[in-house]
Amino acid sequence: MTTEPLLKIEDLKVHFPMKRRSLFGGERRWVKALDGVSFELAAGETLGIVGESGCGKSTLCRAVLRLVEPTGGRTVWLGKDFSELSGEDLRLERRNMQIIFQDPLASLDPRMTVRQIIERPLLNFPNKENAEERRRQVGDLMELVGLNKAWMDRYPHEFSGGQCQRIGIARALILKPKLLVCDEPVSALDVSVQAQIINLLMKLQKQLGLSYLFISHNLSVVRHISHRVMVLYLGKVMEIAERDDFYRRPLHPYSQALISAVPLPDPKLERTKPRMRLQGDLPSPLNPPSGCPFRTRCPRATEICAAEMPLLRDFGSGHVAACHHIEM
Amino acid sequence: MASTKLAERPAAGVRPSGTILEIKDLTVEFRTDSGKVAAVNGVSFDLKAGEIVGIVGESGSGKSQILMSLMGLLAKNGSASGSVKLRGQEILGMKDDELDKLRGASMSMIFQDPMTSLNPFLRVSTQLTEVLVKHRGMGKGEAMKRSIEMLDAVSIPDAAKRIRLYPHEFSGGMRQRVMISMALLCQPSILFADEPTTALDVTVQAQILDLMKDLAADLGTSVVLVTHDLGVVASLCDRVIVLYGGRIMESGPAETLFADPKHPYTRGLLASTPRLDEQTHGELHTIPGQPPAVATAALGCPFEPRCEFREARCKTVRPIIQDNGERTVACHVVSL
Repeated sequence: MTTEPLLKIEDLKVHFPMKRRSLFGGERRWVKALDGVSFELAAGETLGIVGESGCGKSTLCRAVLRLVEPTGGRTVWLGKDFSELSGEDLRLERRNMQIIFQDPLASLDPRMTVRQIIERPLLNFPNKENAEERRRQVGDLMELVGLNKAWMDRYPHEFSGGQCQRIGIARALILKPKLLVCDEPVSALDVSVQAQIINLLMKLQKQLGLSYLFISHNLSVVRHISHRVMVLYLGKVMEIAERDDFYRRPLHPYSQALISAVPLPDPKLERTKPRMRLQGDLPSPLNPPSGCPFRTRCPRATEICAAEMPLLRDFGSGHVAACHHIEM
Repeated sequence: MASTKLAERPAAGVRPSGTILEIKDLTVEFRTDSGKVAAVNGVSFDLKAGEIVGIVGESGSGKSQILMSLMGLLAKNGSASGSVKLRGQEILGMKDDELDKLRGASMSMIFQDPMTSLNPFLRVSTQLTEVLVKHRGMGKGEAMKRSIEMLDAVSIPDAAKRIRLYPHEFSGGMRQRVMISMALLCQPSILFADEPTTALDVTVQAQILDLMKDLAADLGTSVVLVTHDLGVVASLCDRVIVLYGGRIMESGPAETLFADPKHPYTRGLLASTPRLDEQTHGELHTIPGQPPAVATAALGCPFEPRCEFREARCKTVRPIIQDNGERTVACHVVSL
C-alpha cells in the first residue's frame, strides 16, 4: 500500500503480572496475553481477527484503544505515535476510535434512555451542540442504523438483542470515528438476526469509509466481512493474509486445522471432506510451550519447533505465516 | 484415540429401525404473571434406535424445553401435556421416583455448560461412581473401575489419575468429556444433548462431535441433539427437525433437507448463514424482524410475520402438516 496506513501496530505486548507465591518468593511470573503482535490497517479496510478463547483477541482490541496499557510496542495512528499520548491529547484522539461489544444488552446502561445512551459520548468533548442539535443527531443516527427514531425515549430492555446491538453501533458512531473495533459483535445474536447486523456494518463501512478491526471466533462470518484475516494463537500472530488467499490456501497448520474444524451446513460435504483433527486443548497461557506456541498440538511439529519460535515469513503478496515447515 | 482420527468418516451404516421414543402432540406451558405461555406447541416425532436426531431453532423456539419436559426437568411453573412413550411406556406425568429409575439408566442428558452442570465440591470420581452405585447397585470398587474405563472411552488421558480431580481442574473440552462419560455410564438407550458444543472452541467442538458420533455408533445409543448451529446438525445428525415458535416447521433426513430445504424459514436460515467453503459477496440474505421472545398463540403459522411468501390465510389458518413418509413440512405455500 502506498498511502500511510490508518493504524500501524508494531510489536505490541501486553503482559499481565501474576501474584507472587510469597512475599520474597522467586521471580515474578507473567501471563503474556499478547506477545509481539504487528499489523497494519488501511482506511476503509476490515481486518478479521480469529483465534480460540485465550488467544488474545479481546486483549488486542483493548490494547489498541489503550483501554489496557500495553507493556511494550508502539501504536502509530495516522502517522502519529498514539502510545506516547496522555491526558487530554489521548482523550481527544480517542474520539476517532470506538468499540462495540459482544453482549449488546449488557453494554447499555439500563437506566438511560436510548437517546441518552447514544448522545452520551458527545458530552465528553467540548462541544457546540445544544440539546436540540444532539437530539437531531441521535435521530439521524437511529435511522442510519435501522431504528425508528420515535423510540428514542425508550429504555434498552424494551429492545431485542439485534436492536440493542444497533443502539451500540449508533453510540459508537456519534463521534464520527475512523476506526470501529468490533469485539464479537454478532456472536450473541440468533442466526437470522446476525445477518442483519453484518449487512448493516458493511453498509456503514461503505457510506462512512470506516475501518474495522473485526474480532470473531466464527470463521464463516469473518470470510464474508473481512478484506484481510489475521490468526492469533496464545498471543502470537500465526498468519496474516488477504481474505481470498487465506481461505483458499491457508498456510499455517493451525489455520488449516481451524478451517477444517468448522462444520459446514451440508451433510454430504461433511461426510466426505478431509479432516484434520487437533489433539488436546489450548495450553495454559501461564506456562506456554517453548518455541512455537502451537507445537504441542501441531501434526507437523519437529525438534526445531520446540527450540525456536518461527519468524513471520512472507510467502508472496503480503501472505505471511510463522511456521518452520512451510515450503516457500 | 477415537476423537483424534485423521481419517474420513464414512456415512453412518444401516441402523436398527425400531422406534424407541414416540412423542405425540407435546405441549409445554408455563404459568407466568401475564398468563399461560406455551413454549412448545403440539410437537410430534419418533426416535428410532441408534438414530441421531437434531432439533434446530433460534432462542425462544422451545428446543430446550422439549428436552427438559422429556427428562421431567421442567421449571416449577411449567407443565407438559400430550404423550411421550419410551418403548411403549408413557413417561409424561410420571412421578419423580418412577422417573428416577429411567433417568441416568434409560435416558440421560448433557448440557451446554459443563462447569455449572458438575458439582464443584465433589471429585469427578464421586460424581461418576454415584451413578453406578445408585442405578446399578455396584460396589464402590467395581464402580470406580467402570468409571475409569468410561473416562478412557471418552479419550481422557491418564484417566485413573485424573478421576481424582475436581471439575475446575479440567479444561472446558475435558469437562464436556466428563459429562458425556457420566451420561453414558449406564449405557442409556437415549442421550439428550442440549447445545453440547456451543461453549467450546471449534477445534475442541470437532473433537467432541467426533466422540459423540463414535460412541453413538459403538453403543447403539440414540441421540437427540438440540442446537442453533446448522453446521453441527449437518455433521452429526441423521434426521433434522426445524423448530420455530414452538412448532415444527419442517423435518426430514439431514441430507435431503439440507440439499432441498422446503420451508421458507429453513431456506431463509440457510441463506442468511455466511459460508466458510464459498465466498459470499454483497449483502447476506436476511429474515426481517426477530424471532418471537415466547411462542405466541397465533392462530396461523408462527413464522407468518417474517415470511416473504406469506398469504392472507397464513395469519388465520394453521397449515396442516404435509407428510410423505420421509419428510414433513408445515406450510400453505410450499408443497412436498
